[in-house]
Amino acid sequence: MKNKLKVLRAENSYTQEDLADIIGVSRQTINAIEKEKFDPSLPTAFRISKLFKLPIEAIFYFEEN
Amino acid sequence: MMKKKRKKNIYQLAVWTWSWVATMAIASFGPKYIWDDNAVLTALAISVNFANGILMIIANRKFVNNLDELERKIHLESMALTLGLAVVVGLSYSLLDTTNLIGFDAEISNLVLFFGITYLICITVNTRRYR
Repeated sequence: MKNKLKVLRAENSYTQEDLADIIGVSRQTINAIEKEKFDPSLPTAFRISKLFKLPIEAIFYFEEN
Repeated sequence: MMKKKRKKNIYQLAVWTWSWVATMAIASFGPKYIWDDNAVLTALAISVNFANGILMIIANRKFVNNLDELERKIHLESMALTLGLAVVVGLSYSLLDTTNLIGFDAEISNLVLFFGITYLICITVNTRRYR
């Protein structure tokens, strides 16, 4: 799954640590999501979507390899 | 909040793990070096060690349940590999002993050491995978 988390985080001037604290996960998890090595759970995706005031599909999208 | 809770869980797990190791040492060496094979004291030391072990397991469960989704995935994958390897290697090791292919007795302590090292390697490798 692809995502725009890194771009959104930069636009809102959050560090990975800030975002991790707000969402309630570790910094490593934010890093892994940004690098698209790990897909977040639905509750985490909803928290991210709520924070950036965007629908989930505007942040995360599926792309066939 | 999450970090504070995590620190508390790690601290509790460390306390119960080290006290379990200490009570294990007392139960192992006490009968010979401290209380001269007194059966009541030996049974008491083993009971204390067992109870301590149960509390360590509860602390570990609490620690794992408090991890976030990625960390839990890393730990679960590591536990699955460790459990599988422990069963396979443990039984092969036991077979080597029962068929007299090795000249010494298969000790459970070697298997426990194997668990620990395997789990540590799995956690390190899995953590690197998601960096």
